[in-house]
Amino acid sequence: MSPVLSDVVLSLEDVSKVYSGTVAVKHATFDVRRGAVNVLVGENGAGKSTMMRMCAGVEKPTSGRILLDGEEVTFNSSGDAVARGIGMVFQELNLFGNMTVAENIFATREITNALGHIDHKEQERRAGEFLDRLQAGIKPTTMVEDLTIGQQQLVEIAKAVSLDARVLIMDEPTSALSAAEVEILFKVIADLKARGVAIVYISHRLEELIRIGDYITVLRDGRITGQEEMRNVDTQWIVRQMIGSDAKDFAKPDGHEPGGEVFRAEEISLPRATGGLAVDHVSLSLRAGEILGIYGLMGAGRSELFDCIMGRHGHATGRIYIEGREVRERDPAGRIRRGLALIPEDRQREGLVTILSVASNLTLASLQKFAKLFHIRGSLERGAVREMVKDLSIKVADPDNEVSSLSGGNQQKVVIGKALLTGPKVLLMDEPSRGIDVGAKADVFRTMRRLSREGIGILFATSDLDEVMALSDRIAVMSNGKLTGLFERAEATEAAIVAASALGHGPAKGTGRSAHV
Amino acid sequence: MSDATVQMGVAPSSSSVLLTLMKARTFIALIAVLVFFSLAVPSFLSTANLILMSKHVALNAFLAMGMTFVIITGGIDLSVGSIVGLCAMVAGYLVLNGIDLQIGYTVYFNVPEIILITLLVGILIGAINGLLITRLNVAPFIATLGTLYVARGAALLSSDGRTFPNLVGNPDLGNTGFGHLGAGRILGLPVSVWLLIVVALGAAYLSKYTTLGRHIYAVGGNERAARISGVRVNLVKMFVYMFSGFCAAIVGLIISSELMASHPATGETFELNAIAAAVLGGTSMSGGRGAIGGTIVGAFVIGILSDGLVMMGVSSFWQMVIKGLVIIVAVVVDQAQRKLQQRVTLMQMAKAG
Repeated sequence: MSPVLSDVVLSLEDVSKVYSGTVAVKHATFDVRRGAVNVLVGENGAGKSTMMRMCAGVEKPTSGRILLDGEEVTFNSSGDAVARGIGMVFQELNLFGNMTVAENIFATREITNALGHIDHKEQERRAGEFLDRLQAGIKPTTMVEDLTIGQQQLVEIAKAVSLDARVLIMDEPTSALSAAEVEILFKVIADLKARGVAIVYISHRLEELIRIGDYITVLRDGRITGQEEMRNVDTQWIVRQMIGSDAKDFAKPDGHEPGGEVFRAEEISLPRATGGLAVDHVSLSLRAGEILGIYGLMGAGRSELFDCIMGRHGHATGRIYIEGREVRERDPAGRIRRGLALIPEDRQREGLVTILSVASNLTLASLQKFAKLFHIRGSLERGAVREMVKDLSIKVADPDNEVSSLSGGNQQKVVIGKALLTGPKVLLMDEPSRGIDVGAKADVFRTMRRLSREGIGILFATSDLDEVMALSDRIAVMSNGKLTGLFERAEATEAAIVAASALGHGPAKGTGRSAHV
Repeated sequence: MSDATVQMGVAPSSSSVLLTLMKARTFIALIAVLVFFSLAVPSFLSTANLILMSKHVALNAFLAMGMTFVIITGGIDLSVGSIVGLCAMVAGYLVLNGIDLQIGYTVYFNVPEIILITLLVGILIGAINGLLITRLNVAPFIATLGTLYVARGAALLSSDGRTFPNLVGNPDLGNTGFGHLGAGRILGLPVSVWLLIVVALGAAYLSKYTTLGRHIYAVGGNERAARISGVRVNLVKMFVYMFSGFCAAIVGLIISSELMASHPATGETFELNAIAAAVLGGTSMSGGRGAIGGTIVGAFVIGILSDGLVMMGVSSFWQMVIKGLVIIVAVVVDQAQRKLQQRVTLMQMAKAG
């Protein structure tokens, strides 16, 4: 089990990283071996990306050490890490759209002549070599903004490969690649491996990991829960380490019968900026006290559907009805008054005003209720805040503390509390359990059950199959902006849901890639 | 071993003392300049001088209050100086010329009516700023830069660049008494200072105890979250620019009333002093943070500093250098405070696991 010391090129020792509000990585110890693919896996928000950003010098650890060849190093910037031979392909693309592919690949290390003049010809020639290795068919002189997302990802990979790094970190490099492009990438990885490069590979796709990984490390909630050689493990082992033995605590259904229809959406459509429809004529209805789960993969259009229902897109079409009456209000303020409330997926960017207090955030959407004309009645507001903090068991010493001082789970409860204080009839929850700890998840699920018992209709979007199966009274499936399936809980099977969520995806048929035949 | 425990015990408390000091920095600066000048300039603490200084400070404080709300929403208003100039000209024109109806009659307004019209002009220009920013999506910096030029140009055009002199009015027309605003006193305090107290209390109340005030902070803190929470972001932005225009109109009225004349160049570069006072008072240029009280203290620091330096006989060139340095130091301390605060809380959380 004990690896030969010289094998390890880079290691993290008891590293922790704390952001305001969340502990992203807790006391992690992780070795990267040369000439091998070191796989890192875990659920969303488990801390994989944060760990790698520390290796690549983008973030500094709050505590712990980073060792390179057994010697402690401190990276003050990603430039420092690159200088020591550590390159990274980032999950979110870090390219300059307003520059050419070649300029991007050689950004910050431009090839210059004696006078400091950039030698574009040479840059383009060398960029062309790297791109040819990836068989991408991308011209070095193309502007990056004119490429598709998949092509941009290839440019990002070419850029990292061109660094000639000893350690190459790839954070979900295949998320936007087609099957053929993935194959090419794997060839490049095998080639790098043969040359002794240490590769760290992060991905959600288990079949990929098992195929190319040599060592695997599993993260859960910021902690490392398993480290093994790949040949000793199977899919079940990985899933067990990822999810943990403590099965998720889904609150049990209480058997109450949903009431009459409280919400109906008809023919909701939203055009995409790049053409096509992000939401494609979606119609659904929801009964009072019912939980309708919307399952779908990333980009299936779930969040966009919620945005349309909430009135965040002026150019969306379709009609919505609450308790049979059409909702004509077009902006979120009007729709909140009609009884709609949204708990957005991205709570930092859309859910909370992080520099305001817990109390101000809770009452932000319902402030008028606590005001006489324009004057906020402090005692009323404080009372409502106290009650909501107790109801949702939000752990906060003083509601006047800044909301950013709370943990992720408690922040999510504040977002939910804010929506509840508006007295909604229909609650839209977009990935309500994303990035929060197990205890808070259980609290959130219990709250959903309680609200449905009280007669609120709940639409919740998730990409977690267990969650949608356990919580929903009915399950809707979206794929490519369309509603591709609608199941009663009793007749839903995981296989049927997964099949519906893949409709319209898969190897792009008839979209110009049919060179064979 | 015991050394380590002692250090652990001391470090948090010493950094929290430092934090408190940093938070109170504007107030400390105010006391520092007051003490310094009362020692350096003999007549500094005389009643006459204090009243004179407070009149100077009031002008900047009005603008800075309007600016504070604008900056809290994440915007900027460069046009306030020009609005001061234009409103001064509007008031002067109305006193001297009235409005010619083009049918042989000219309407003259009495002083309260003139004040009302002038205030409306200020609010109107603020509304134009707001419309440009909310409806036409012009960046606040550019939109208000545009109105800066337009309003200044309009002020110069109104008199062809000349001064409207001698605004005493005509008893026959019933428009005398314009001078009270600038020269009048109530209970020994200048009218402009009373006005400042009223407007400042109103603005402070608005920011702390009203839905609109809460929404102003929310828009600056996170515009997207505010919008999803049902805050009418555009209305909030309209309000802050209109309020800024209103404050600028008050300043235009006070200045022309003090001088009993309107000059079209009145208020040039006032916007910069207003921004300086707001920033000195702890308003964050990235939005979401700031308070009326802090801004008023900031305006006093800047005002006392410049008046005191004048009384000491420091050259105006040096005054500019000193003012600039004070602003930079204020912002540097502000950043240091935020970093320290973040580190303290993060270390606590890391320890807690």
